[in-house]
Amino acid sequence: MQALKQHQGVVAPLDRANVDTDLIIPKQFLKSIKRTGFGPNLFDELRYLDEGYPGQDASNRPENPDFVLNQPRYRDASILLTRRNFGCGSSREHAPWALEDFGFRVVIAPSFADIFYNNAFKNGILLVPLDEASVEQLFQEVEASDDYRLEVDLEAQAVTTPGGDVFNFEVDEFRKHCLLNGLDDIDLTLEHEGAIRDFEKRHRAAQPWLFRG
Amino acid sequence: MAGQTLYDKLWSQHLVEQRDDGSALIYIDRHLLHEVTSPQAFEGLRLARRKPWRLDANLATPDHNVPTTLVERAAGNAGILDPVSLIQVQTLDDNCEAFGIEEFRINDERQGIVHVVGPEQGATLPGMTVVCGDSHTATHGAFAALAHGIGTSEVEHVLATQCLLAQKMKNMRVRVEGQLGAGVTAKDIVLAVIGRIGTAGGTGCAIEFAGSAIRDLSMEGRMTICNMAIEAGARVGLVGVDDTTIDYLRERPYAPNAEQWDAAVAAWRDLVSDEDAVFDKEVVLDAAEIAPQVSWGTSPEMVAPIEGEVPDPDAIADDTVKRGVVRALEYMGLAPRQKITDIRLDKVFIGSCTNSRIEDLREAAKVAKGKKVADSIALAMVVPGSGLVKRQAEAEGLDKIFLEAGFEWREPGCSMCLAMNADKLGAGEHCASTSNRNFEGRQGYGGRTHLVSPAMAAAAAIAGHFVDVRNVDVRDHTQQSQEA
Ligand code: SF4
Repeated sequence: MQALKQHQGVVAPLDRANVDTDLIIPKQFLKSIKRTGFGPNLFDELRYLDEGYPGQDASNRPENPDFVLNQPRYRDASILLTRRNFGCGSSREHAPWALEDFGFRVVIAPSFADIFYNNAFKNGILLVPLDEASVEQLFQEVEASDDYRLEVDLEAQAVTTPGGDVFNFEVDEFRKHCLLNGLDDIDLTLEHEGAIRDFEKRHRAAQPWLFRG
Repeated sequence: MAGQTLYDKLWSQHLVEQRDDGSALIYIDRHLLHEVTSPQAFEGLRLARRKPWRLDANLATPDHNVPTTLVERAAGNAGILDPVSLIQVQTLDDNCEAFGIEEFRINDERQGIVHVVGPEQGATLPGMTVVCGDSHTATHGAFAALAHGIGTSEVEHVLATQCLLAQKMKNMRVRVEGQLGAGVTAKDIVLAVIGRIGTAGGTGCAIEFAGSAIRDLSMEGRMTICNMAIEAGARVGLVGVDDTTIDYLRERPYAPNAEQWDAAVAAWRDLVSDEDAVFDKEVVLDAAEIAPQVSWGTSPEMVAPIEGEVPDPDAIADDTVKRGVVRALEYMGLAPRQKITDIRLDKVFIGSCTNSRIEDLREAAKVAKGKKVADSIALAMVVPGSGLVKRQAEAEGLDKIFLEAGFEWREPGCSMCLAMNADKLGAGEHCASTSNRNFEGRQGYGGRTHLVSPAMAAAAAIAGHFVDVRNVDVRDHTQQSQEA
């Protein structure tokens, strides 16, 4: 997993509450055998005028010019600003896979759905919960500026605006530790590699028939 | 101090580390892989530049997407017409080759449904932890192995670390005492258990199946029962080791070699619950009271004995239950109080990881021998669980019995259990199926599944509707060779 300590990037505003996982990545894309490559289908129904299906070449599809990510100034956004209860719906890990593949590293919203919260951090995406008033202020600023960027500091748990306003946010200690160091569940288990090897040795000695090599 | 349950023993023998928050790291001995739930896990390994921890712990085979007709199978992967299915099978082949994992490919005689293949090869052994990205991994618990399904992220975790983050479950015991009546099988036991405790009855538990009726079952029968522990809400089903377990494993390809055999058997003998072990929950059933079962609804707990009838929603007091029954009857196209024997069938499926082993096929063949599938049945198919089951069945002449009776004899795979390949039900069609799930749309959009034993499925195919197999004249399949 890619570590995240400080991040500075372009902000894209998605002015909608309760964005569910089906909206983030529609179910027809779950048949894929990959966990990468979902970026072109992120928000597929909002982003394109036709119906998407797996394996299609997205570059020829008719884009919805009104959708925020289709506007030139947001195409390289890496911070998503949105409204309440982002990521509700199913437990599919494809939702964070799609956000990450598009290039998002941070999502700012007043609140996030539970399972999505875990899935996002597992995949290296920082979720920043800010109160409704702060989020509203950011929405106004981003719409008033052509190249609006924010600075996010995970260590200090702070978001800084171009005007110098600082918003502090809460983050789960364990998730913070993993993200700062770029550790996923597998890395964490592998921190116990010695214990696993010791166990394996004893196990092999006691029941050699469980091993073939 | 109270004794240990079988589950307690297996858990403590695999505990690498216990954490303060109640979670634990447990060691995994056997990891089975198939094409549907592994591709993203392999890709994750690749992205993180990791290697599998221990290659010899893994064994793979494609099963969900493989076609079951001979014409298509003869072409190998090229015979898979659905491009999405083909990509999944091809990806499994590529990943196993790239990482060095042993795989039984589509036309390898050892290919089959993972849960049939593992035990058949002796790759599932008593005292093991067995995982697979598939909920019916519970099947392997019949060998006193701690076995359960895992998700794709966990498949990757096991590949990379040979461990799993897990939490200890509760202990539940289902005792089935006494003798089963003639014509009543393991499938009827497990359906009766689910009917009794419900689909959430075992939630959070490892269920150990015990009692004299379980002891009397063959390994095939025990696998049928553990297979459906998940339908009773439990991720794990277990049966303690006895002579039946040990005899089954002798000389299987992956079983301990001659040098290790005696030590292994000695260790296995301890894999039973201690006399004074305490269970958090216990249920007792009288085997003699179990009749052949038929599911009438859209959840495995919606079952009735063959001589029974479909429930009447108006007689149900609980409003939630009542609404569930109304909805199920509507989906299944059944009337309240309709007799089970009056349910007419369109298709019959004998197969799946629940009932596609040699013994299951023998039971069905006994009923089918010398009879004809009813004209009203559009399709009756028998799908062996593996290439080796198929060969054994053919050596015993079972294929001829089925073919002569009008059944189709297919190539091994999951087939119509979940309809991921071309074998499907049409909307509104009723199917007598030896599989494990009767959810809406499971065997095809709008399809209506009735779960039954292999003998009941064969009898239904002959009659065109459900009949009590206890009243059907059966012939020993071995008579064929004697007559010939
Ligand atoms: S036979 Fe059915 S239940 Fe068993 S593994 Fe295949 S699809 Fe799953």
